[in-house]
Amino acid sequence: MFGFISRRIAMALMVMFVVALISFLLFRFVGDPINQMVGIETTPEQREALRERLGLNDPFYTQFLRYIAGAIQFEFGNSYQFKQPVADLIGRRLPATLELSFASAIFALLLGVPMGVYTGLNRDSWLSKIFLSVSLIGISLPTFFIGILFIFLFSVTLQWLPSFGRGEVVQIGSFWDTGFLTISGLKALILPAITLGLYQMTLIMRLIRAEMLEVLRTDHIKFARARGLPNRSVYYIHALKNTMVPVITITGLQLGSIIAFAIITETVFQWPGMGILFLQAVQNVDIPIMAAYLLLTAFIFVVINLVVDILYVVIDPRLRSERGRA
Amino acid sequence: MSILDIRGLTVQFPSRKDVFTASRNINLSVDAGKILGVVGESGAGKSTVGNATIGLLEHPGRISTGEIHLDGQRIDNLDAESMRKLRGKRIGMIFQDPLTSLDPLQTIEFQLVETIRLHLPLSKAEARARAVDLLDQVGIPNPDERIAQYPHQFSGGMRQRVVIALALCADPEVVIADEPTTALDVSIQAQILKLMKRLCTEKNVAMIVITHDMGVIADLTDHVAVMYRGDLVEYGDSKQVLGEPKHPYTQSLIAAVPRPDVKVHRFPQVDYIEGSAKPFKQIDISTHWLGKARDYKPVEGPLLSVKDITMKFLTKNAWTKRNRQYFTALDKVGFNIQAGETFGLVGESGSGKSTMARVITGLYHPASGTAHFAGQELTSLKDKKQVLAMRRQMQMIFQDPFSSLNSRMRVRNIVAEPIKFHKLASTNSEVNQIVDDLLEHVGLGVAAAARFPHEFSGGQRQRISIARALATRPRFLVCDEPTSALDVSIQAQILNLLKDLQDELGLTMLFISHDLAVIRQMCNRTGVMRHGQLLEVADTEKLFNNPEHAYTKELLSLMPGMDDLSRQNLEEELVTA
Repeated sequence: MFGFISRRIAMALMVMFVVALISFLLFRFVGDPINQMVGIETTPEQREALRERLGLNDPFYTQFLRYIAGAIQFEFGNSYQFKQPVADLIGRRLPATLELSFASAIFALLLGVPMGVYTGLNRDSWLSKIFLSVSLIGISLPTFFIGILFIFLFSVTLQWLPSFGRGEVVQIGSFWDTGFLTISGLKALILPAITLGLYQMTLIMRLIRAEMLEVLRTDHIKFARARGLPNRSVYYIHALKNTMVPVITITGLQLGSIIAFAIITETVFQWPGMGILFLQAVQNVDIPIMAAYLLLTAFIFVVINLVVDILYVVIDPRLRSERGRA
Repeated sequence: MSILDIRGLTVQFPSRKDVFTASRNINLSVDAGKILGVVGESGAGKSTVGNATIGLLEHPGRISTGEIHLDGQRIDNLDAESMRKLRGKRIGMIFQDPLTSLDPLQTIEFQLVETIRLHLPLSKAEARARAVDLLDQVGIPNPDERIAQYPHQFSGGMRQRVVIALALCADPEVVIADEPTTALDVSIQAQILKLMKRLCTEKNVAMIVITHDMGVIADLTDHVAVMYRGDLVEYGDSKQVLGEPKHPYTQSLIAAVPRPDVKVHRFPQVDYIEGSAKPFKQIDISTHWLGKARDYKPVEGPLLSVKDITMKFLTKNAWTKRNRQYFTALDKVGFNIQAGETFGLVGESGSGKSTMARVITGLYHPASGTAHFAGQELTSLKDKKQVLAMRRQMQMIFQDPFSSLNSRMRVRNIVAEPIKFHKLASTNSEVNQIVDDLLEHVGLGVAAAARFPHEFSGGQRQRISIARALATRPRFLVCDEPTSALDVSIQAQILNLLKDLQDELGLTMLFISHDLAVIRQMCNRTGVMRHGQLLEVADTEKLFNNPEHAYTKELLSLMPGMDDLSRQNLEEELVTA
């Protein structure tokens, strides 16, 4: 078990190293950073002096090492457009995005899993059919359209929920501001979280349904019934756990994409998260932000994958024996 | 009075178009401490009887008429909840495949304790003690430690013991075992049968054993019910039914069983079994394309000579060579096969017999050793032309008739492919004529050519496989368990077909099987394998009469006894040594 986890961590570090290299190359070779920083009237001598001061004349590997050392301490340099440290900018935006992603993941799981189990067990009931057709909408309509639809319905027409922003936030410590603790913060969270989570909910529901149908046909379920086990334990102890491995894979990957690609939803709801920051960075060729964003996204994916791998082993004892039996 | 009484049971599966009757007017009863066998081929409705008894008929099946009484109480009309409470507590069930019968994600302890506490008012600790005791009774060593393990940590035979322990959790009065030993090796089968018999007597349980295997019936049961297409055709004392079968179906079924104790020339073709009559025209092999132009030079000495073949599989990879782990599938195996004979390889699963077949046909490359076919070294063939020429002379028939044919190709293309590939015929019309003749000859008929594999039964598909193998005009056939997925009567037909083809074409065969009885019927000489080693090679008759190696003796002694089986219809075919 320990060997397994340390192998996985070593692999994760490798991935991070490669991503750091790509992100560094982006920083270094896409356009001249000096051009982005100074005005037109700067003389070549001043440019050269700045180049020297920023260490851009050092050999490639020195610069790369310096970049990695910086990245480990969350130092990504200054943003071109805001003239502020990138770490601060991202740090200010990160809580908003994480809270939104977390809320939408919880929404997707809390609804998706029971709906999947229900539709798997009661294939022919009318409620299952409603779930399946509604979920079809969730998977086929684009996110921005659903977002706008929600705003039109719940904010404009019914005026129940705010149409943009995070509402009131409470500062916790120096790094984190949360919308979970105020009523207006929670209200502001509802629409974007549902918009963002609808697709994942559909995916989880359909996956669990398909896996449930598969598992219920297996011999060990038949044998569990033949031992007289009640439906409750056949379904929730023996069947559901056996559907979990593929579900965890998909949920993990989806959670990663929720965090990394909340851009559209954030734009529609004017959510002050990283997505908008990234969008602005792309528009203004703000390479330090893009490079840092790339690293952060990769880091989130790597961590989630690591957790998924460990969860596999926790759930499935067959993976614990170090591939012992062929 | 009997514990379980089934009266006039009819089970139907209604579908949109019509109603399928899986079993018709079945009357059976079992006493405590007795074992009733229900025997029949696939589609006979024997599992349906078991499932109906325990109330687990698959949707949309239902009991349309008849009654089932358990110890005087009628149970077929109970509501779902009362029936559930009965399952496991008063009627236990054992399924065929021990590898899939247990929940892979829960420990044995969890599954046992869960079931025990469901049926008996015991505390967790008491239930655990009972579970350990049960595991001990079914013969699992160190039950106190092993109970905490997961199913994948047990071997197949051990898992079937766990399954039996689970079925016996609440001391049921009746146990239904559906093909309990079909997925197991002979030696494990013998142990499990012994265990079942012992538990039946000790615990005074009434047992119903559903099986297709006459050997199991002969070995284990007190009474037997023979089913055919949903009907109960014969029912009575096992010795009597097997020794003096009255119904023609029973007679033909028993005649089709390969015997370990006697050898027959051919299996009698009994009209009762569907498809046994051959309405198709027989081609005269000697003048046909198949028999003609067999331009093989006669060989001096053995046709195939295998020497010191060693085959290893990587089980654990590592950066350094030293840390890699291997599984030795073949350990210096060597034997000769003479032209025109059938050489048998027999052994339990994992003994390396199929690996040997794959090495010979060039699907695996051995780590060391040599194989000569007609004087040519096989393992070092480099030239593509030579490889092709070799492949043409050797063909293979696989075990699983369902996965060994491409389901998206019509039968005509399946059989024609090797002819075209090896450019054995000049025109398309000639190829088609050859395919038609082949299909006729293997007993399928020309009409089969336009159809797809899924439209055929297992036996018919195996005939397609044989036609495909013959299409290259080979002189050497490798048959890897060609009949082990088939019913006995179909098996008899396929074995007859192989024997006929061998006589007509002078084929040399390597015949691989786990079934000693089949080996005795088919092979001139036989090698016994275990753990990748060839233990003994001898003339088949000698091997059966005077086995030398201890393992061969053991295997033979574990064969279910079939001495009591009737020899009706067999007299003319018997080969006397």
